[in-house]
Amino acid sequence: MSSSILPLTLDNVAYASNGQRIIAGVSLSIEAGPSTVILGANGAGKSVLMRLMHGLLRPTAGRVRWSEADPASLRRRQAMVFQRPVMLRRSALANVVYALQLAGVPSGEREAQARAALDEVGLRHLAQRPARVLSGGEQQRLALARAWALHPEVLFLDEPTANLDPSAAREIETVIKAFDAAGTKIVMATHNLGQARRLGDEVIYLQAGRVLERAPIEQFFARPATAEAAAFVKGELPWV
Amino acid sequence: MLSAIAEGLQRVFQLDAELWRIVLLSLEVSLSAVLLATLLGLPLGAALAVKRFPGRRGAIVTLNALMGLPPVVVGLLVYLLLSRAGPLGELGLLFTPGAMIIAQTILILPIIAALARQALEDAWREYEEQLRSLGAQGMQAALTLLWDARFSLITAVLAGLGRASAEVGAVMIVGGNIDGVTRVMTTAIALETSKGDLPLALGLGFVLIAIVLVLNAGAQLVKEAAQRRFG
Amino acid sequence: MGVALAAAIAGFITVASTTSTEQSGLFRHLLPIFTAKSGIEVRVVAVGTGQALDIGRRGDADVVLVHAKPLEEKFLAEDHAVRRQDVMYNDFVLLGPKSDPAKLAGTKDVVTAFQRIRAARAPFVSRGDRSGTHFAELEIWKLAGIDIGREKGPWYRDTGQGMGPALNTAAAMDAYILADRGTWLTFRNRGDLAIVVEGDKRLYNQYGVMLVNPAKHPSVKREMGQAFIDWLVSADGQKAIADYRIGGEQLFFPNAHE
Repeated sequence: MSSSILPLTLDNVAYASNGQRIIAGVSLSIEAGPSTVILGANGAGKSVLMRLMHGLLRPTAGRVRWSEADPASLRRRQAMVFQRPVMLRRSALANVVYALQLAGVPSGEREAQARAALDEVGLRHLAQRPARVLSGGEQQRLALARAWALHPEVLFLDEPTANLDPSAAREIETVIKAFDAAGTKIVMATHNLGQARRLGDEVIYLQAGRVLERAPIEQFFARPATAEAAAFVKGELPWV
Repeated sequence: MLSAIAEGLQRVFQLDAELWRIVLLSLEVSLSAVLLATLLGLPLGAALAVKRFPGRRGAIVTLNALMGLPPVVVGLLVYLLLSRAGPLGELGLLFTPGAMIIAQTILILPIIAALARQALEDAWREYEEQLRSLGAQGMQAALTLLWDARFSLITAVLAGLGRASAEVGAVMIVGGNIDGVTRVMTTAIALETSKGDLPLALGLGFVLIAIVLVLNAGAQLVKEAAQRRFG
Repeated sequence: MGVALAAAIAGFITVASTTSTEQSGLFRHLLPIFTAKSGIEVRVVAVGTGQALDIGRRGDADVVLVHAKPLEEKFLAEDHAVRRQDVMYNDFVLLGPKSDPAKLAGTKDVVTAFQRIRAARAPFVSRGDRSGTHFAELEIWKLAGIDIGREKGPWYRDTGQGMGPALNTAAAMDAYILADRGTWLTFRNRGDLAIVVEGDKRLYNQYGVMLVNPAKHPSVKREMGQAFIDWLVSADGQKAIADYRIGGEQLFFPNAHE
C-alpha cells in the first residue's frame, strides 16, 4: 500500500435525479484521522452524498477527487456498509471470501483472512451458516466483517443501525469503534444524535442537499452555529 | 370418458418396450433443448438485466414477444434451414432427434431468457450497489447474480421444459414422426388421435402429464429445500 | 446365420409417403421383412401426398411412395425423379352416417352418390389438404359435373387435415367423407359412420414409387433407395404387400406388373 488515498475532496458537487436536486453544490474535504459523522434529517441527502463519495453515483456537476488516481486501487482501499446489508446466498464465511476474491487476494490466503474478520465481529461460530438466514444484527456485523476483511483505509457507513433493535445496534457500534481505533477512517451517515455523539469526532450537518455546518462534535452539540442545526439538535430525540 | 381413460392407461402399459423408447426419446430431446436453451438463455437474460445499452428496451419487448412463438412456425423455419435444399442441408440433420433439439431450443430460448431477465433484474436492483461497492464488474457481477438467483431461475427453466415437452408442431415437422427414430410422446399422441384411437392417445397424454408433473414437483422440492437452507 | 448377417444395418434411407400407408400399418408389416433381407433401415415420414412430394423436391427423402398420379407426373416433369413405377392399389370408400340423409343406400355409383349429396346439401367433410385422397375427391366432383370450388356451401367442410383428423371430424358431425379403405379399417373412433358406397372402379387408388433424382439431389442414396424400390416391385415384395391383412381383409393389391 502506497501513500494514502485521502484526503477526499468534493469540489462544488451537485447531484440531481429526474430533475430533482438532491445535492446542491457541496465542497468539502475529508481528511485522515477523526471519524466523521454526516448528520441530518431524513431526506437531507446524506445517503446520496455518501454514494457520491464512494463512487456509486456520478455527480451531475462538480468533481469528487481522491489523492489516488488509479480506480482499481481506489476501489480496493475503501468500503461501504449499507443500511440494509445485501448478503449473497452462501455461507457467512463465503460472503467474506467473495469480497477478498474480488479484491484480488490470492486464493490460498482468503479463508484465513475471512475467518480473522469474522472473529473481529464476533461471528466465528456462525461462519458456515447461510448468510441470509442470520438475524438483522448478525447480517450487519457480517457486512462489517466483509468490509473489514479488505482493511480499507476509508469505511463508509450509511445508517448502519437504523433497522436494528437497540442491543444489536450497540454491538455494531462496538465493532465500529474498534475499526476506528485500528486506524480506519470512519465516515458515517446517521440521524441518531446519540450515535453521532458516541462514534463521531466531527460533524458535517446536511440540510436540503447543502452543508450548513461542520464542527467538532462537542462544539456542534453545545453551540450549533446555525438556527437550522440548533432546531435539529433540539427536535431530534437523542435516544439511546 | 372415465372408462376411456382407464382403457387408455391400460393400453399404454401394454406398449412397454415401445412406450419406454418413446418416453426416453421425449426426455432426451426436451431435456437437451432445455440444457442448450439454459446455457444460451441465462447469459442473455443476465446481459439484458444488467447492461444498459441503446435498443435495450426494444430487445426486451422483442424477447417477451418471442415467448409466444408458434411451434409450427419455428418448425417450418428449422425445416427450411436443415432441408437438403437449405443452407445447413449438408449436415443431414433433418428428420433426426438433433433437428428436434434445435427446433425446441429455438422455441424455448426466448422463454428462458425473458423469464431469467425478469428475475435477474429484480435481483440486480437489490444487489447492484453492494456488488459495485465490492468491485464486481460486468461478467463477474453477472455470474454472481446468476448464481445467487439460481432458485428463481429454476422457474424459468421449468417454464421452458413445460413448453418443450408439450409442443408437437415443431418436432412433427423437423422430426417427421418416424417410427423408432423421431417419434416422441406428443407426435405419438397426434398420430393415435389421427388413427381415431382416442383412448390410447389419451393414455399417452396422461403419461406425458405425469412425467412433466414429476419433473416439476422434483424441481419445486429442490427449490424449496434450498431456499429454506440458504434464505 | 445368413439372416443374422444380413440383418446387420448397412445404413438407412428416408421414404416420404402418405399417412394411409403408415397408419394402415402396412409399413410396420413390410419394412422389417425388407430390412432383414437387405440390411437397409427404412425411415418413413408420413404426410399428405402433396407434402411428401415437396419433401422429395427439396431432396429430403430418397424415395417417395404416394398416390396422386397427376401430381406424380408433375414431379417427373420437373425432373425430380426419372421413373415412376406402379406398386399397388387400394380403394377409397364413401362413408356416411347411418341416418343416411342423402339416401345413398343401395347406390353402387359414386358419381351419382356425390350428386345426391350435393342435391340434399348433406354434410360432407373434405380433406382439403392437397393429399391423394383430396385429389381423388375433387376428381369425382368433376365427374359429377359439380364445380365444387363454386358450389360449396356450409354443408361442405373443408378441414385441411389428414385422413384421421378428418374422419374424427366427420364422425363428430355425422357427415359423409371419402376415405381410403386402409385408414378406415384401422380407424377406431367411428361413431355412427359406415361404408355407403364401395367397389366402383373410379374409387381405385393407385400407388406409385419414385427414386428422387440423384442427378438433381446429390444427397440421395441412390443404391439403397433403388434396392428398396426393386424389392417393392419384386415378386417377394408384391407378395408381402398382398399378405398384409387386417381382420382377414386384404388392404393393398399389388399391381406392379400389370
